[in-house]
Amino acid sequence: MKIAIPAGRNNLSADVYASLARAPFFAVYDTDTTGVEFIDNSAASSQGGAGIKAAQILVDSHVDVLITPRCGQNAADAINAAKIQMYKSIDHSISDNLKAWEEGKLDLLNDIHPGFHGHGG
Amino acid sequence: MTFIPASMDMEGSNVKIAVLSGKGGTGKTLLAVNLASIAPESVYVDCDVEEPNGHLFFKPDIQSTETVFVKIPEVRASLCVGCRQCVDFCRFNALAYINQSLLIFDEMCHSCGGCTLICPENALSEKNKSVGRIQIGTSDNVTVLTGIMNTGESSGMPIIKELLGNSSLNEEFVFIDCPPGSSCIVMESIRSADYCILVAEPTLFGMHNLKMVHELVTLMGKPYSAVLNKCVDGDNPSEKFCIDNNIRISGRISFDNKLGTLNSNGMISARVQSTYRSMFESLLQDILKEASHETVVGSKR
Repeated sequence: MKIAIPAGRNNLSADVYASLARAPFFAVYDTDTTGVEFIDNSAASSQGGAGIKAAQILVDSHVDVLITPRCGQNAADAINAAKIQMYKSIDHSISDNLKAWEEGKLDLLNDIHPGFHGHGG
Repeated sequence: MTFIPASMDMEGSNVKIAVLSGKGGTGKTLLAVNLASIAPESVYVDCDVEEPNGHLFFKPDIQSTETVFVKIPEVRASLCVGCRQCVDFCRFNALAYINQSLLIFDEMCHSCGGCTLICPENALSEKNKSVGRIQIGTSDNVTVLTGIMNTGESSGMPIIKELLGNSSLNEEFVFIDCPPGSSCIVMESIRSADYCILVAEPTLFGMHNLKMVHELVTLMGKPYSAVLNKCVDGDNPSEKFCIDNNIRISGRISFDNKLGTLNSNGMISARVQSTYRSMFESLLQDILKEASHETVVGSKR
């Protein structure tokens, strides 16, 4: 099983990144191997539709679970279509969130925001 | 109308004047509505499609309403083989291939049509999607065109293009009420304009916004002048900016409670009071004189 978390740095001690779509990296933890891989989020530099592209990257990485502080509507549509479970992160490091998830302490993410698109005309 | 300069008063003459400003609330609509109402046989075009308000002043009799459509892709799932060429092609990330099916995010699509061209299986075709409407009506001497964007749409561009391509714009005097700012929807609104009026407030913030639209009209090579609105005694940073940059000032409108009250009650000041009518007439006279001069000079360039 693969668990993904948006990350500002490619380090487990880093805090969870505040945005899903614009995170520089995704930390992907594999419960079978207990290995962690940091994948580049090429969606971060998109002018628009970053959430959709980020979701596509997660889907293509065969992620089963996503732990994130927030998620926009478009990304949520794609993530839900892929049947990826979404949990709300807590304000700690990536490793703390992985531990909390393994202990069943994280809540499912239900408050999907409408997105921040269309700014700047 | 005696105030029309001779060079404008000829058969088939047409002048399109855009009114713009770097921020909202400077008086674009005040100016565009009043100028249109005193010009003979004019067209007023409200390009502020996110929140059009010119119609609140004109209260036009609506003759027709046209829906504005854009093309968005539609997939025939039975033909899609999941090659993802469309997903990779789309610069706006309007497509995703998830769980063996193509997802299309309509509101991200910019209607470029690229995905339908690139699909090797012809699985994508285009369908119409309504993004807004154009209302055409009349109010005395003025033909009123109002662009109205549907709630939730991200770009008014298709509606503005449709507005400015309308056949009634090929005659008479045309006043284009632009959206605030200097972004691409403003560029589109002034693209076909012969002359631009930059409306500015007498504050530092107003000056900063004037600078932005000044840069835009300069970049686009449009002839322009400024109108200073809400003028009070004391320093006017916008006026100073005009003087420092040799920007012609076509007129000054004082900060005037009475004008403000008429305007906030949805009245067209030039229609209800002769002093305001004279004020806007002399403003229009100056602008048309400049515009005709620029048009003649421009055509010789």
